[in-house]
Amino acid sequence: MSNFFNKSDLTRQDTDKIVSETLNNCDDGELYLEESKSESILLDDNKIKSSNYSSDLGFGFRAISNEVVAYSYSNEISKDSLKNSSENLKSTLKSIKGTYNHEIPKSNKKFYKDINPIEQKTLDSKLEVLNRVNDFLRKKDGSVKQVTASFAGEQKSIEIIRSGGEALTDVRPLIRFNVSVMLEKNGRKETGVYGIGGRQSYDDYLKNDNWKNVCEEAFRIASVNLESKPAPAGEMKVVLGPGWPAILIHEAIGHGLEGDFNRKKTSAFHDLMGEKVASEGVTIVDDGTIDNRRGSLTIDDEGTPTERTVLIENGILKNFMQDRHNARLMNTRSTGSGRRENYRHIVLPRMRNTMMLSGNQTQDEMIKSVDKGIFAVSFGGGQVDITSGKFVFNCTEAYEINNGKIGSPIKGATLIGDGPSILKEVSMVGNDMMLDPGIGTCGKAGQGVPVGVAQPSILIDKMTVGGTKL
Amino acid sequence: MVKDQEFLKSKASYCIDLAKKMGATDASVTVGHSISETVNFRNKSLEASDRSDGLALSIETYLGKRRSSISSSNLLDENIKTLIEKCFETTKITPEDEFNSLPDKNLLAKQISSLNLYDETRFENDKKIKYLKDLEESASSDNQIINTESSFTENKSNFILANSDGFCHGYKTSSFAASCVTVAKDENSMERDYEFSSKRHLSDIKQATYLGNKAAKQAIKKLSPKKIGSEKISIIFDKRISKGMLSAFASAISASAIARGTSFLKDKIDEQVFANSINVIDKPDIIKGMGSQNFDSEGVNSNTLQLIEDGILKNYLVDTYNGKKLNLKSNGRSGGTTNLYFEKGNISYEDLMKKNSRSLYITETIGHGSNIVTGDYSVGATGFLVEDGEFKYPVNEITIAGNFKDMFKNIILANDLEFEYSVNSPTMMIEGMTVAGK
Repeated sequence: MSNFFNKSDLTRQDTDKIVSETLNNCDDGELYLEESKSESILLDDNKIKSSNYSSDLGFGFRAISNEVVAYSYSNEISKDSLKNSSENLKSTLKSIKGTYNHEIPKSNKKFYKDINPIEQKTLDSKLEVLNRVNDFLRKKDGSVKQVTASFAGEQKSIEIIRSGGEALTDVRPLIRFNVSVMLEKNGRKETGVYGIGGRQSYDDYLKNDNWKNVCEEAFRIASVNLESKPAPAGEMKVVLGPGWPAILIHEAIGHGLEGDFNRKKTSAFHDLMGEKVASEGVTIVDDGTIDNRRGSLTIDDEGTPTERTVLIENGILKNFMQDRHNARLMNTRSTGSGRRENYRHIVLPRMRNTMMLSGNQTQDEMIKSVDKGIFAVSFGGGQVDITSGKFVFNCTEAYEINNGKIGSPIKGATLIGDGPSILKEVSMVGNDMMLDPGIGTCGKAGQGVPVGVAQPSILIDKMTVGGTKL
Repeated sequence: MVKDQEFLKSKASYCIDLAKKMGATDASVTVGHSISETVNFRNKSLEASDRSDGLALSIETYLGKRRSSISSSNLLDENIKTLIEKCFETTKITPEDEFNSLPDKNLLAKQISSLNLYDETRFENDKKIKYLKDLEESASSDNQIINTESSFTENKSNFILANSDGFCHGYKTSSFAASCVTVAKDENSMERDYEFSSKRHLSDIKQATYLGNKAAKQAIKKLSPKKIGSEKISIIFDKRISKGMLSAFASAISASAIARGTSFLKDKIDEQVFANSINVIDKPDIIKGMGSQNFDSEGVNSNTLQLIEDGILKNYLVDTYNGKKLNLKSNGRSGGTTNLYFEKGNISYEDLMKKNSRSLYITETIGHGSNIVTGDYSVGATGFLVEDGEFKYPVNEITIAGNFKDMFKNIILANDLEFEYSVNSPTMMIEGMTVAGK
């Protein structure tokens, strides 16, 4: 746990006084203190290309009255600096008065341990794993032309101080291990990427030579793509594999259910609460409470304990994801979804681990039912236009389906759909729900936060596949 | 006030001296300070204000051919000392890499000429509020506009880059940016569009009413879109999308992608990669340019580079490390391009629109569909169907796809180039791409 009050002339008492005095006439707000330590080590082109360590310390001071949010941050933790920020907030909100809401729910559950993953494995042993990855892949097959492998680790300590002196703290570890391989055969080049991670130590993920499985998977994806044919273009049936393809849910549905877009009525979902937005059998939750998952949080960045929020239950829209600010303005409660990238950014309602729950059909049944379509197993990134509801994502491993059978692999193509209607096109939900391997980062308003996704195999009756073959 | 050069220089030389004292053979350091203030409006009233004040430090230490780096926002001498110790300890156990080195001394920038990148004008928050009021007033004058969000950001930065070969330079920059996002609604649909203006000098920022009107008009124009069938069709890229082609091209010719062999443009120097009417230039010394610089992120002098001449690839974007790998001298592009642009074409915008009886005009793309390894391109798109030079109706929920190798060779550029951003392109037409729709 970081002690933020032994670093300069700023004492805990002074801090409480400045915070309380600044927020006294506001509806909400807090001082957010953060200390983070992070490392990244990269092997590329047969060499350790970079090893970077970074330490960051700072505060973000927020005051809210009515609909107005005033925010000021600095990476200088001192009495002067905090006073300057306070003056800045007061000058923005000078003519707007509010009543401070002291209520904040409590929980003593924790979803990860207070560890510093960086210190738990020596640099030497990290370098050794990266070198073994490189040797293993290059010896595996002559077609391997490039290998990139990396470790990223972080420990973030936060303290939230509210008006009246209430303080909430959390220590968040996070790691990621990634392998990318490029193959070349008959003049064609293709890459395959795979990674794993979460809120445990490196060795929890790497035990039993698990790094080999990550290599094998990256190699397999690249090999499949070497044989790929141009993707078809047009509307067709799409079977999505379990796990990571749930970024479709994240893009198509998740963002549209974040509180801010619905308060502002700019989401295509804002007037659909209680309505049927998905086929029967489709249930989607956003869960911050799964042990050690990348998207899990003990408390969110406003201090609210996270929870499992049911977004869609059996096809019906039940809840939006809320931070305190949007919840207050929409007369509801925070769902523990208030998140920020770091102290430099304001809190926004965000996803944690977004999951579609299992149904009772099998992937096999889905494939057999398709005359002409595609089977999408893995994706790169996705994006959504909240207002029109249109979303895309890019296949990194996909196959054509002809007459109920999986055919040739197809080249990376973009799939495009309409968020509010896509879940009504879901005609089968599999019994094979899987969590993603722990690699997702979600971007919103220039802020990236770690997230998770999960889903079973699903069959979508109609979606546009953006290939080149007519 | 943003910290002055003296303060940053003293921090930088403290770092270099300390690293050398600990035994580093070489070191380089960047110290920067940035203050930025943003005011946000929504539906004609104040929504948020945001002030940020941030110091940043990054240090690289070398021990022969070993190198590692650290970065921090805490500039207290005590913290710097701990970090440099840690950095140097890491350097000692990092394996050697023969290409690691500071830039060649004779390539370092000698003179810093003024590019007029700093405007000290202070645009107080009250003035930002007045500007945004005017902007949103004009953005919401049509009753089909149901939501407006806008912001004004003022930024002042200063930095010093120093290394143990004696390089120690830096300069102040400023930027001012106004933007507006509008949401329009009719009985069939809800659509969003935007407009923005970003400049080094306050006086060059576009009029509030101009931005507001334009953002509103663009969103309204997109209402009640249709989906079209899947077909091969000529595609016209609006300027705000055509410049993205240049960004994809720039990542494909970065020395890092070339050295790693992960670019579809590897080994294509002196070969035809664009249509022979195409010229691409990267010019670092445009006065007040958004991408202008005196030197790159390693201190290497940067001169104007002709990247494409009559369709032929002439240069990669070379930094010190990857340059040594490729046996090329750095051309001052560590950190990428500066002010990158297509030279304007010969045909007017109107003639380009009429060139085919039917074409698709793209105003926005979504998704990360550019693959630099294979050149494959596939993105979601929205735009308009154009017939005989006239916009017929808005189109959405389609994708456009092709391969850069073919697309680059089929580019036709209009003569409407303007220097608004750090990457600039005229309106562009590419024939023979595939649209996937119904």
